[in-house]
Amino acid sequence: MATQTITNKETLTKVTETISGSEAIVRCLIEEGTEIIYGYPGGAIMPVYDELFKYQDKIHHVLSRHEQGATHSAQGYARISGKVGVAIATSGPGATNLITGIADAQIDSTPMVCITGQVFSHLLGSDAFQETDIVGISTPVTKWNCQVTKAEDIPAVMAKAFFIAKSGRPGPVLVDVTKDAQLEKLDFSYEKCTKVRSYNPIPKTDLASLEAAARLINSAKKPLIVWGQGVILSQAEEVFKSVIEKSGIPAAWTILGASAIPTSHPLNVGMVGMHGNYAPNKLTNECDVLIAIGMRFDDRVTGTLSTYAKQAKVIHFEIDPAEIDKNVKTDVAVLGDAKANLDSLLPLLNENTHADWCNKFTELYNIEYDKVIKHDLYPSTKGIRMAEVLKEINIQSKGNAAIVTDVGQHQMIACRYAEFNKTKSNITSGGLGTMGFGLPAAIGAKMAAPEREVVSISGDGGYQMTIQELGTIFQQKAAVKVVVLNNDFLGMVRQWQELFFDKRYASTEMINPNFVAIAEGYYIKAKKVTKREELADAVAEMMASKEAYFLEVCVEKEGNVFPMIPTGASVSDIRLE
Amino acid sequence: MSSEKKLYTVSIYSENNIGLLNRISAIFQRRHINIESLNISPSEIEGVSKFIFVVNMTEDNVKKIIGQIEKQVEVIKAYYHDLDEIIYQISGLFKIKSELLFEEPQIQNIIKESYARIVTVNKDFFVLEKSGRKEEVVALYDKLSAFGIMQYTRSGLISVTKEEMKISTLLETYNN
Repeated sequence: MATQTITNKETLTKVTETISGSEAIVRCLIEEGTEIIYGYPGGAIMPVYDELFKYQDKIHHVLSRHEQGATHSAQGYARISGKVGVAIATSGPGATNLITGIADAQIDSTPMVCITGQVFSHLLGSDAFQETDIVGISTPVTKWNCQVTKAEDIPAVMAKAFFIAKSGRPGPVLVDVTKDAQLEKLDFSYEKCTKVRSYNPIPKTDLASLEAAARLINSAKKPLIVWGQGVILSQAEEVFKSVIEKSGIPAAWTILGASAIPTSHPLNVGMVGMHGNYAPNKLTNECDVLIAIGMRFDDRVTGTLSTYAKQAKVIHFEIDPAEIDKNVKTDVAVLGDAKANLDSLLPLLNENTHADWCNKFTELYNIEYDKVIKHDLYPSTKGIRMAEVLKEINIQSKGNAAIVTDVGQHQMIACRYAEFNKTKSNITSGGLGTMGFGLPAAIGAKMAAPEREVVSISGDGGYQMTIQELGTIFQQKAAVKVVVLNNDFLGMVRQWQELFFDKRYASTEMINPNFVAIAEGYYIKAKKVTKREELADAVAEMMASKEAYFLEVCVEKEGNVFPMIPTGASVSDIRLE
Repeated sequence: MSSEKKLYTVSIYSENNIGLLNRISAIFQRRHINIESLNISPSEIEGVSKFIFVVNMTEDNVKKIIGQIEKQVEVIKAYYHDLDEIIYQISGLFKIKSELLFEEPQIQNIIKESYARIVTVNKDFFVLEKSGRKEEVVALYDKLSAFGIMQYTRSGLISVTKEEMKISTLLETYNN
C-alpha cells in the first residue's frame, strides 16, 4: 500500500510515496513517456512483470518470442519514432539473449534502455541459478550500464539511463536490477536527468571551424555531400534539404542516412558504399571538397582508405569527437549537433548550382541504368529478380511505406530500389549486419507508428533466424507486411563464393520449409509467388490488406547484387558486372 | 605525426565507479594493445580517480584510443604523454635471504650504490625497496638476481605532467 509522505517542508509539491523497487521501475518508465515495451518474463524479473500487470493500462508490454526479438523490436520502435526503445528480460539466458540487439543498437547509434533482472545481491558471484555477469558481458557493447542492488537507487539510475541513451550520439544502456532491489521498498520521487558530471553529450561548436567549412564549400568547384544517420537523429532533415538546395551540391547517403530526403530529390544522387550507386562512389574520387555530415566513414562506405577521396579536402560535421580522423583525415572538423550546425551554416553559404558537376552524376547514372538498373527492374531472365518486388512495392506504397530489412542481398536491393518520401523510412541493421533483425524490428516500427505502412523484407536465411516473431505479430495483431525474397540460398555469401571462392558453395544452399504453411500456422494470411505475371497482383493484395500479410516471392537462385566494390578495392574501382 | 611505436602514458580522470576499469581495459583489448603497466589512485580532486596506463603504441593510434576512452560516460578527460613530458617513478620490492647479506658482501655495496632502502630485516629475509625510473629498478634486479631473489615485484608507473592538466576548470565548465 502506498503511503504518501511529504519529505521536504520547503517544497511542499515534492511528494514521495513508499513503493517497491519493481513498481518504481515501471513508474520510471511511465515518467519517461514509455508506452510500449518489449520483453520476456522469467524468475529474476517477475516482480517487475507483476507491476506491469497492474500498470497495463499505462504501459503495453509486448511478449516477444525470444529476447533477441525484443531488442530488435525496441530498435524498430526507436528508429521510426526517435524515442527510446525499451526491452526487458530476466537474468542469465534472458539477459545474454539481449546482447545481439544491444550490439546492433550500439553500432547503429539507436537509443535503447534494456532492463534485466538479476539474482538476489547476496547470491552475486556464487554461480546461482540463472546468474550471469551481464554488466561485464554487455560493457563493450553499451553506451553505459549499471547494476542496481538497492531499491533507493532505482529512480536516479533509470533517469540517468534514459538521459544517456537519448542524448548526444544515442546508444543502448543496460540496467541490471537484483531481485532484492526489486522487492525492497523505497520512497519514490522522480526527477528527470539532464546532466551527468563527466559526460559531455554535445561538444561545443567552434565557430571558426564552421566559418572555415563555409569558405571551403563556397570555393568548391566539385563538392560532394555524404550524409549519414546523424541528419535523421538530430532531426536536421529540413535544414539539410535547404543546405543542398541553396548550395546546389549533389548529396549521397550511407545506408543509415537513407530517406532523410526523398529519393526523388534532384540533388539526391544515391547510396555510397559497397553496393551503392555508381556515380557517387566513382565521383568520391573526383570531388574537390567532400562534406561528410553525421556519418562515420565505415569501411563498407570507403573501401580501401589509402585511395579514398585523397584529392579532396574533407569537412566532417560530427557529434562524436572520437569519429574525427578515426578513418579519414579531416581538413575541417565541425563538432556538435548536425541540426544546430547546419542551421548556422545555411546563411553562410553562397547560392550555387554546380550544373556541369551535377551532369557528371547523371551521365554515370545513365551508365549504371544501362548496365545494372534496367536489368534489375525489367529483366529478360526467367526468374523474378529482387528489384522487381521493390518496384511493385513502390507502385503500391507511392514511396510512403517504411521499409524494414534484414541483412544480405535483399537488403542492398531494397536500399537501392525502394523509394522513400518520408524520413525514418529505412530501418535496417547497418553496422552490425544482424541477420534476423528485420522481422522483429518491423513489429516495433509498426507498433510505434501504426498509421504508417510497414513492410518487412527478408531473405530466406535471416527470416528463419527470428521467424518465431510471427507469434508476436499474431498475438499483437500487428499489421506488418512480411515479404520473404526466397532464393533458397544465403545469397550474399553465395555471391562472394561465386566471385571469390570459385563457386564453392559451402553451406549456403538452404533446403527451406513451406513458409506459407508456417505463416498460416500463426493464422497470418499468406501467399507464395513463383511467376512474374503473378507478382504485381500479389503485392497489391498484400499492401491492401488491413491485417498482417505474408508474401513469399521465389526469386532467381543465383542473382547477384551489382554494382560492387570488392573488399580491398577503391570506391572508384566499383564494378558494374 | 610519428607512425613509430613508443611508450606513452594514458592518464584518465574519471568517476570512481565499479566496472569502469573493465570498460576502459576492453578498449585496449579490442585493439590488441598490451598494457605495460597500470596504476589507479585518487587524483588531486576529491571523488575523481586517476588511471595511468603505460602502452607501447604509435601516436596516431594513441590519439584514437584517447577518443574512445573520453567517449565513455564516466570518463572526465583522458590525455596521452610521452615519457619526456612527464615526471614519473616506479617502485620495486626485493625479498632476499638474510644470510646472503653476510655470505655475499657485494650485496651491501649494491644496496649502497643503488640507493635502495631496506624496509625490513629478520633472521630469514630482508626486503629492499627501490624507487626511480624503470631502468634503475631493472638494473638493481639484474645485479641482485645473480645471488637469488626470493620475491620481486614492480609497481605500475605513476606520473605527474610537466604541463598543467586543468581538470577542475573542465569540471566546472561541464557543470555550468
